Amino acid sequence: MAMIPPPQSGSAPTGVGSVVAEPAAGTLTAVELEGPGGSEAKPRSLLQRGWEVFAENRLALASLGVVVFMVLFSFVGPLIYHTNQVNTNLDEVLCHPSGAHLLGCDNLGYDVVGRLMIGGQTSLEVGVAAAVVAVLFGTIYGAVAGFVGGFIDSLLMRVVDAGLSIPYITVIIILSVAFHPTRLIMIFIIASFYWLGVSRLVRGETLTLRTREYVQAVKVVGGRSHRAILRHIVPNAIGTIIVQATFAVADSILILSGLGFLGLGVQAPATDWGSMLSGGLQYLQSTQSYWWLIYPAGIAIILTCIAFNFIGDALRDAFETRLQRR
Amino acid sequence: MAPLLEISDLRTDINLRRSVVHAVDGVTLHLEAGETLGIVGESGCGKTMTALSVMNLLPAGGHIVGGQVRLAGQVISELDDEAMRRVRGNDIGMIFQDPLTSLNPTMTVGKQIAEAVQLHREVSKEQAMDRAAEVLDLVGLPRSRERISEYPHQFSGGMRQRVMIAMALACEPKLLIADEPTTALDVTIQKQILELIDDLRRRLGMAVILVTHDLGVIAGRADRVAVMYAGKIAETTDTSTLYANPRHPYTEALFHALPDKAAETRERLYSIPGLPPDLTHPPSGCRFAARCRYAADRCREEEPTLRGETAGHEFACFFPVGERERGGLVVSEPGPVEQALPPAPAAGGAVLLAAEHLVKDFPVTRGAVLQRRVGAVSAVANVSFEIRTGETLGLVGESGCGKTTIGRLIVGLEKPTGGAVRFDGKDLVGSRGREYRRQRRSIQYMFQDSYASLDPRMRAGAVLREPLEVQHIGSRRDQDKRIAEMLGHVGLPSTAVDRFPHEFSGGQRQRLGFARALMLSPELIVADEPVSALDVSIQAQVLNLMRDLQTELGLTYLFISHDLAVVRYLSNAIGVMYLGKLVEAGPADEVYLTPAHPYTRGLIDSAPVADPAAEHAKVEAGVRGELPSAIHPPSGCRFRTRCPLAQEICAEVEPVLRPFSVNGHQAACHFPLQPPVAADATATASAPTPLP
Repeated sequence: MAMIPPPQSGSAPTGVGSVVAEPAAGTLTAVELEGPGGSEAKPRSLLQRGWEVFAENRLALASLGVVVFMVLFSFVGPLIYHTNQVNTNLDEVLCHPSGAHLLGCDNLGYDVVGRLMIGGQTSLEVGVAAAVVAVLFGTIYGAVAGFVGGFIDSLLMRVVDAGLSIPYITVIIILSVAFHPTRLIMIFIIASFYWLGVSRLVRGETLTLRTREYVQAVKVVGGRSHRAILRHIVPNAIGTIIVQATFAVADSILILSGLGFLGLGVQAPATDWGSMLSGGLQYLQSTQSYWWLIYPAGIAIILTCIAFNFIGDALRDAFETRLQRR
Repeated sequence: MAPLLEISDLRTDINLRRSVVHAVDGVTLHLEAGETLGIVGESGCGKTMTALSVMNLLPAGGHIVGGQVRLAGQVISELDDEAMRRVRGNDIGMIFQDPLTSLNPTMTVGKQIAEAVQLHREVSKEQAMDRAAEVLDLVGLPRSRERISEYPHQFSGGMRQRVMIAMALACEPKLLIADEPTTALDVTIQKQILELIDDLRRRLGMAVILVTHDLGVIAGRADRVAVMYAGKIAETTDTSTLYANPRHPYTEALFHALPDKAAETRERLYSIPGLPPDLTHPPSGCRFAARCRYAADRCREEEPTLRGETAGHEFACFFPVGERERGGLVVSEPGPVEQALPPAPAAGGAVLLAAEHLVKDFPVTRGAVLQRRVGAVSAVANVSFEIRTGETLGLVGESGCGKTTIGRLIVGLEKPTGGAVRFDGKDLVGSRGREYRRQRRSIQYMFQDSYASLDPRMRAGAVLREPLEVQHIGSRRDQDKRIAEMLGHVGLPSTAVDRFPHEFSGGQRQRLGFARALMLSPELIVADEPVSALDVSIQAQVLNLMRDLQTELGLTYLFISHDLAVVRYLSNAIGVMYLGKLVEAGPADEVYLTPAHPYTRGLIDSAPVADPAAEHAKVEAGVRGELPSAIHPPSGCRFRTRCPLAQEICAEVEPVLRPFSVNGHQAACHFPLQPPVAADATATASAPTPLP
């Protein structure tokens, strides 16, 4: 077993196809190469094969369902389930779940289901947008540092180190005092901290990919570096980046919830799931149980974040070509 | 007396996600005290699994499903974990292939050995440390008392393997299992380690199981050999009988695939077609039938049992090859039946590539931002050679001698610190831009690790198309045609274009890498260890292919390898490198048969040969010690620190290359093993080294 790793990965002979190689006589004839599915199977694209791996993961499919449900609930829901989310209704403050209000009302008399919907809009929008901005910027920054290397790399990464050493809660409190926190501001605040981690990750990935032999092989045939980057480094790094983006969505939603809980999130009458939790907190200790102020928003946050994390895990597998079967 | 170890009808399965691999399928073996048993076979044939089954250290999902393992009469295969722990390390010691990953990097070696002692013996910490120093002494670690408090990274690869052996021996086991103990080491170190194991076996009276893929390693060390194939034993007998008269066609094929014997005649190597069977669904009948050149219908229907004409030699085959045996009479093996190739292309073409005084230093830097230069690794130091059209120059040497760096300098992956590379008379180092990219077409590189050098996200078709796209050659249709043609050349089916690299076997991937190197119709191919990761049968396929295409397409090769037998088989000329220097060069056979430099002699003696008689004859030969650091290379002759003939002058004056024959055989040594031929010494000292 010279260089081939010992059989933890299964001592079954390499590859999927069983192989019969050249005849002993030595004339070079084509080698028979039959996959288990036979050779008539049409080659499928990487995307199709990736989807198959993804779809095999039940947890990921369920998570995808949860995310789709949350999006429909937040954005299509209000069109079907009409509630007043602009004016407070003091007659219905803290009313119990009933036919008129499926999950009751909160301390300002807003219908909780309706509140969950517009809160979800904020949480999902800010979460996704902040993740996209952070990952895009972080990727470009990290990739440049990794490709260029040397002094520029050192300089860029020291900037990241400096950024990571700032306690972000302090800065966010200052920012949210200085500005009226709208969705756009929240996106900017979250992204401005989240890209730092992403850039470190992408730089590391670029550094390892740059020294891969298949990237060197492009140089040997006379290819320029942009070809190595576009055809080899980016496609191989994209998996890591997309997986990271998925996790970033979950993290952003959590950060937004945390800020909302501290009262630093978007301001009323707009809300997000974190702010809803914060509103319900003062009633948690009271003799009467107002569970509908806490559980619906809490469960929505937990479900969405878990779902995005599972999807990220499954995407990691789906992007691993070796796990894909024909 | 019962044998020390008795394995009877052992069956081991490994459960995978969707299937079950029958890794060991009815193996019966026995081992006497003080005896060495060799287990050989290709990768995936179950030899490591057999060893791990004895230790009951199977990987996740692995378990023994049948049969028994008895150690000194006690059934150990049925012991529970707790009882087995007392056997492991105490009665049976084990050494693994990679000494770096087997040692804990955060613990001193002394503590690691002492830990093994304390687990099995009622001793104090001090006594355990004493024992650790004692066994380190035993395995020949210099200054063992001091080095006991050092960490694994402070040891070289060979020394680490010595530490591993010391650890395995700490409790004086009755049986030592060595699983590919030298595969990750250089030949010179390999020889030292194998000698050590052999010596310890004799002194301590242990039994040894030596698991390896290398028939040469077994030849000089084992008393008996078991050849495994597809989870079963194909043939088992004592070493000299096996090498003189193999009866199983698989054993015979393994011998014929070795380049050692064919190197003199340069005839085609026999390559075993195909791959070992998939052990999740082993074929019915004889498992070797699909690859056997003698297979008949009976082989595919019925399974042969392990039997023999004499008690000491058993094989599982209906139609055994070799000579019938009666009462110990052994007759010589039949010669290979392959047709001879046309002789290697005659030397005498124009000089295609010339390296002139090549120097490459890699800076050693310190500091995160400023990266101050604190020293340099002298990877290549003033190396000159020439390759003529249609020839093959083989570069050999231990790892770290600079042979790979030379290859990378020539294909342009590194820029030389000094010197020039001339291709067809034009300087390659100075060229830039478009001119540079055009020149790239003529020199192509074949990587060692075909898996790492192929983009995992590209299908074979795209991999082969890329060189044409980069150089803007032909329309898409022309490219498709060329790809199909090239796949045919290297013996891959045309359907392979839609496959991803991981869907090929190791040998097929190396063919694909070769095809990529050929896409631009280069004149010179630099092949860096192209076969060293392959099994011997697959290695033979690739070597044959390289030879065939050389004649067919008129290629010139620079072939880089640590394996002298492979280099000699393929090359017209050999260059021997040591620590960045070319120490000897000349026609392949002359360098191999009449080496002038002591290092070349040592390399040849260190390389294991698949011939027990030859192996036993060279007991005291080989290169001693280890490669010194290239940051501070020794003064004068760089080899002097390990040279048996070194004298004062070697440390003071650097030897120059002197001619040793009219054919261009040269060596740089003050005390050569051959008398140099009289020639104008000053002329050769200054001129770039001419090769045949």
